Amino acid sequence: MNECSVLIGGKAGDGINVAGQIIARIFTSLGYYVYMYYDYPSLIRGGHNFSMIRACTHPVGAYRSEIDILLAMDPTTLRRHQTKCKPDALIIYNSDTVQSDTGSGVPLKTIVEQNKGLAIMENTAMIGALASALGMEWDAIASIITHEMRKSTEKNLDIARAAFQLQAEKKELRRIGESPGILISGNEAVSLGLLSAGLNGYIAYPMSPSSGILHFLAASSHETGIQVFHPESEIAVITIAEGMAYAGAKAAVGTSGGGFCLMTEALSMAGMAEIPLTVILAQRSGPSTGTPTYTAQSDLHFAIHAGHGDFPRFVFAPGDSQQAFEWAGHALSLSWQFQVPSILMTDKTLAEGLYTVPPEFLQAHPPDSVLVTEVREEYRRYQDTDDGISPYASPPLSGAVIKGNSKSHDERGMSVDEAAPISAMTLKQMKKIRFMEEAVSQLNPVHISGNADSDVCLISWGSNAPLCREAAQTLGIKSIQPIVIHPFPEQEMHAAVKDSAMTFLLEDNYSGQLADICEAHGISINIRLPRFDGRPCTIDQLIENLRGRIK
Amino acid sequence: MTQQLITDAQNTWCPGCGNFAIQHAIKDVILRLESEGIPREMIVLVAGIGCHAKMADYLNINSLYTLHGRAVSFATGICMTNPDLHVICCLGDGDTYAEGIAHLLFAAKRNVNMTVLVHNNRVYGLTGGQVTPTSPTGYHGKSNPYESTEISFNPLSLLLSAGCSFVARGYTQRQKELTELIYAGIKHSGFSCIDILQICATFMNKTKEYDEQTYIPDDHDPEDFDAACRLVREYPYTTSGKIALGVVYREKREVFHVGTPYKQQEYSNTELFVRRFIDGRR
Ligand SMILES: Cc1ncc(C[n+]2csc(CCOP(=O)(O)OP(=O)(O)O)c2C)c(N)n1
Ligand code: SF4
Ligand SMILES: [Mg+2]
Repeated sequence: MNECSVLIGGKAGDGINVAGQIIARIFTSLGYYVYMYYDYPSLIRGGHNFSMIRACTHPVGAYRSEIDILLAMDPTTLRRHQTKCKPDALIIYNSDTVQSDTGSGVPLKTIVEQNKGLAIMENTAMIGALASALGMEWDAIASIITHEMRKSTEKNLDIARAAFQLQAEKKELRRIGESPGILISGNEAVSLGLLSAGLNGYIAYPMSPSSGILHFLAASSHETGIQVFHPESEIAVITIAEGMAYAGAKAAVGTSGGGFCLMTEALSMAGMAEIPLTVILAQRSGPSTGTPTYTAQSDLHFAIHAGHGDFPRFVFAPGDSQQAFEWAGHALSLSWQFQVPSILMTDKTLAEGLYTVPPEFLQAHPPDSVLVTEVREEYRRYQDTDDGISPYASPPLSGAVIKGNSKSHDERGMSVDEAAPISAMTLKQMKKIRFMEEAVSQLNPVHISGNADSDVCLISWGSNAPLCREAAQTLGIKSIQPIVIHPFPEQEMHAAVKDSAMTFLLEDNYSGQLADICEAHGISINIRLPRFDGRPCTIDQLIENLRGRIK
Repeated sequence: MTQQLITDAQNTWCPGCGNFAIQHAIKDVILRLESEGIPREMIVLVAGIGCHAKMADYLNINSLYTLHGRAVSFATGICMTNPDLHVICCLGDGDTYAEGIAHLLFAAKRNVNMTVLVHNNRVYGLTGGQVTPTSPTGYHGKSNPYESTEISFNPLSLLLSAGCSFVARGYTQRQKELTELIYAGIKHSGFSCIDILQICATFMNKTKEYDEQTYIPDDHDPEDFDAACRLVREYPYTTSGKIALGVVYREKREVFHVGTPYKQQEYSNTELFVRRFIDGRR
C-alpha cells in the first residue's frame, strides 16, 4: 500500500475523535502525510460518530470513499461502512459487542475489564490491534501512546499491549521515513496564526464549528497571557472586540453563520469608524441553524456584503492548516495596517479537519506597532492622507482627543450631515482599496498547482483546495485557488485562466457563489460543480466526475 | 479646541431639554477630577444613539459614538483593555432599557468598572417621541396611538436584581445633586448606574410631576439591600408615588477583569507558547 484509508466509528461520547487523532499520529510516525475528517451529529451521547484517516506519500487534505481498514467499535459502524470496504480491506471489530463473519474480532471490552480500565479505553485496545495489523514494532506504538495519553499511561499501555498481542491478521504499511510534519487542525492553525501575529484578545460565543478556537485560546490563555472572553451574545462579542480595538488591543472574534448575522450592524460600524477587527467565520451548512456539525461554503456572498453601507474590507479563505495559520496572521495584521475589518473564512471541513504541516511552514510574523504615541499638531482620528490611512491612537494620549464615530463624521470624528464632509470621508475611506489590493498581491493571493500548462482549469476555494490540488495532479490539469476573495485578485485570476479551454469550479453551495464572482470579473466558468449535502466531496468522486467531463 | 471642554459643534438639543443639565454636570465632574490630578485624557465617553448621545459631539474628550443599544458593550471592551481609564456611558432609555437591555444587565452582573448615565426622558426623543420601556402606562406615541396597557420597567429594581453594585437616581432639575451623583459613580469601583429623570421639553415634560414627587431621603442606608429594594418600589415609573433621589444602593464587590490587559502582555509569551505547542506536536 502507498496510501491507506482507515475509518474508525463508534457512538458519540466514545472518544472517536481522539482515537482518530492517535491513528493519524501513527501514520505520521511512519512517514506519511495525513488528513483526518471527523463526522459527528450535533449531540453529546449516543448517535454515530466516525473519523476517516487517510495517509498518503504526498501532502493530503481530502479523504477517499473506499476504506482499507475499518475499525468497528460498535455494530452500527460495521453496518454503515462495510459496503465501502475495498475487497482486500481489513476489518477489526469489537467482538464483545459486534458480530461479524469476516475480519478480526478483538474482545475490547473484556481486555479493558481485565485491566480494570475505563470504557473509553476500548479505543486504546483498538489502537493496539491496529498497530499490530500495520506491522509496527511494539516499542514504536508504545512511544506514541505514552506521548498522547498523559493520564493513566501505564494502564493504557497494558490494554494496548493485550490487544496488540491478540491481533493476528495483518495489513502491513511500510515505514517510509521520518515524520513529514505535525498534525494540526484548522481551528488550531487559526488560533496559532492569530497569536503569532500579536493577538491581544479573543472574544466569542460558542458555535460549531468555530468553538474549537475559543476553547483552544481560552485553555492556553494562562500561558499566552491574552484576554479570552465569552459574553452574552454575538452582538456583545463584536462590540466588546471593537471597544478593545478602540483602546488599542488587537482583537479577533469567531463564529459561524448565525452568529455572524448578529454581528453585521457592528461590522458596519467597524467600516464607518475604521476600527480594525478580525472575524473568523467558520461556515457550516445553512440557511438558519442548518446542520451544525456539517460543512458548507454558502456564506461567501454574505461575508463580502455583510453590513449596511459601503466600506472596504478583506475576505480571505485559506484551504488547509498551513494556509489557515498564515492567513489568520495576515488577516489580523492587514486589518490593523488598513484599519478595516478582515474576515477569515473557514468551514467545518477545514476547522475540524486534521492536516500534516511541516513545522518550518509555521513561522510567526511579529506584529508591527501602528499606534501613534505622541502628537505634534492637533490630533485628528480621521485625518485625510495619501493612502486614506489615518493615524491610529488609543486613549490615553496626552494632548489628543480621540473621537471614534459610527456616524458620518469629519476628520476630527465629529458628526456631520452636510454633503461635502460626508462625501469627503467616503472618498478617504475608499482610497484605501487600491493600497489594499497592492498589499494582498504581494502575498500570493492565488495558489496554483497541478499541471500549470494544462488548458483545463479546476477552480476551488477554502477546504476544497487541497482536494482539487490532488485531483488536478492526478488528472494532469491545473488547480487554481484564490485565497484572497475580496478585494478580488482580478489580475492574478485572469493570468491563471488565460489559456483555459475548459474551467470547472467546485464549491460546497447550491448556487455557485465563487463562480458568480468569477463571472462578474469576466472569468467564465464552464462547469459548476455544486455540492450541498453537508459532506465534502471525496477524491475518488471528484476524479471520476472530472474524467467523465474533460474533453 | 483641546483646551475647552465644550466643542464647537452646533448644539441641537431643544430649548429646555434636560440634556443640558447632564452635560454641565459631566463637565463639572471632569473639572473636579482634573483638579484632583486625573488628566482629561484618562476619561472616555461612550455614547449610544439618540438625543442623549450627542454628548459625544458636544464634550471635547475622548469618545466612542457607537450604536443604538450597544454602548455598554463597547465600553466593556474598553474597560477590559485599559482598566486605568475612567469610562462614562451616556445612554438613552430606549437605547439601554429596550434595544440594549441585555448588555446593561450583564455589565451590572459582571461589575464592569464604568459609570452609566441613563438619560431617562421616558420617550424615544430623537425618533419622535415613541413609547419606551419606562414610558408610563397610558402613554401614546406615534407608534402606539391606540394601545397602551403595558406596565413600565422599574429600571432600578432590574439593576438591583442584576447585581448592580451602585444604583442611583438623579433628576435634571437638581443639577448640583446630579453632579455629586456622577462624581460618586465615577469614584465607585465597579459598575455604577445612575438613572437620570431627564426632562424632554418636546415630548415628555414631567417637570411639575417630578418637582412635586422627588425627594432626598434622609435616613436611607444605601448599604442595606432590602431597604434599597423597598425604596425603589415607591415609584414604579407610573405617574404617582414618591420618587427618591440619591444613591439607592452600593456595595463593594470584586471588579470585572479578564486575563492580562494588553499593555502588560508580552509578545514573547505568546511566541514561546506557539513554539512549545508546535514542538509538543512533533
Ligand atoms: C438599530 C437601530 N434601531 C433604530 C435606530 C433609530 N433610533 C435612533 S435614536 C432612537 C431612539 C432613541 O431613544 P432613546 O434611546 O430613549 O434616546 P433619546 O433620543 O430619547 O435620548 C432610535 C430608535 C437606530 N439608530 N439603530
Ligand atoms: S426631543 Fe426631547 S430629549 Fe431630544 S433634544 Fe428635544 S427635548 Fe431633548
Ligand atoms: Mg429617551
